[in-house]
Amino acid sequence: MHSLLEKSLVTEQNSPETTTPAPPARNRPHWGRILVWVGVLGLLAILALGLRRAQQGPITVGDKVPNFTLTTFEGETINLTDLKGKVVVLNFWASWCKPCEQEAADLEAAWRYYQPGSEVVFLGVDYVDTEPEARGYLEKFGITYPNGPDLGTRISQQFRIRGVPETYIIDQENVLRSVQIGPYNGLNHIQSTIDPLLGE
Amino acid sequence: MHVLDGQNMRLPGRDKGYLEKMKRLLISIPLVIITAFLAFNLGQAQGTAPQPPTDDQVNAIAKQLYCPVCENIPLDVCGTQACAQWRELIREKLSQGWSEAKIKQYFVDQYGDRVLATPPARGLNWLVYIIPPIAILAGVYILYRAFKSWKQGAPEDVQDEEPPAPTDDYVMRLEEELRKR
Repeated sequence: MHSLLEKSLVTEQNSPETTTPAPPARNRPHWGRILVWVGVLGLLAILALGLRRAQQGPITVGDKVPNFTLTTFEGETINLTDLKGKVVVLNFWASWCKPCEQEAADLEAAWRYYQPGSEVVFLGVDYVDTEPEARGYLEKFGITYPNGPDLGTRISQQFRIRGVPETYIIDQENVLRSVQIGPYNGLNHIQSTIDPLLGE
Repeated sequence: MHVLDGQNMRLPGRDKGYLEKMKRLLISIPLVIITAFLAFNLGQAQGTAPQPPTDDQVNAIAKQLYCPVCENIPLDVCGTQACAQWRELIREKLSQGWSEAKIKQYFVDQYGDRVLATPPARGLNWLVYIIPPIAILAGVYILYRAFKSWKQGAPEDVQDEEPPAPTDDYVMRLEEELRKR
């Protein structure tokens, strides 16, 4: 014989009145939540794109160099793609940069050495500088190859330079072949990086 | 006619020195005017000559700019040669009468948006201005909801009171059996 308590427990378990009523189905969409999730996902996507861009790193040796435009102090516009078929020596410098002065004369000497052959083009990119001082620097070292300011620091950002001086040697197919961080150690050093590319 | 002739004939004879004086006077008047004009202009030029910009004027603009070479250091307190050149450039532009906005725009054109202490609200930059207020508003809303739910969930009567005596026979018997166990 079951006691009242047992009966009671059994009764309560089976009683339809004591079961938890199911919540009413809500067909209305939660627009607020959807909007928040869309916003969060959008922000994550932007963050991912930014991280991807940041991790791309500098242009490395063997990479095709994207086109850039340099407007010289004389107002001439030079596009990298127009120089296809020539070796391009791209030198980043600044008038406030003391190590740049070490190689300035050597670069000019190298330019004069290669100029008659017309196979090598020297370009100077003046990084974060002021024009009067930059012009003074060019005059001081007697630099005659084309030089221009890095307007909007676009070219230096493209190459992700770490400082000045830095020199990038680009071959006839606009492929980066050599990177020099810091100044060259004389004319021979410059020639030893350019000569192997000539006649390729 | 005779009278006139007579007068004309008489004049030189009457006061030759008077004509000389008149001649000198006529020559000296333009000279005095020209001298006065030059003196006035010189004085005016000296009075309104643009004063060279002060360091405070230069630094007021410099502190809104950052040199890409020296990251996170405002231009007004940066000690590198590059920054000194930039400050000198600001001074030069100010002495040429350029406005603050024009100088800042010049630096943006030369070195890009990243030289500005406060990024311009365009492109993806607007997120910098939009996200913080949205995040604050969202936080306030979440806190409001949390406080509200806590208030609703709190017990209404927390006093230690004796449970009311059962009145139902069924409940009484149930209580009795529970006590026996």
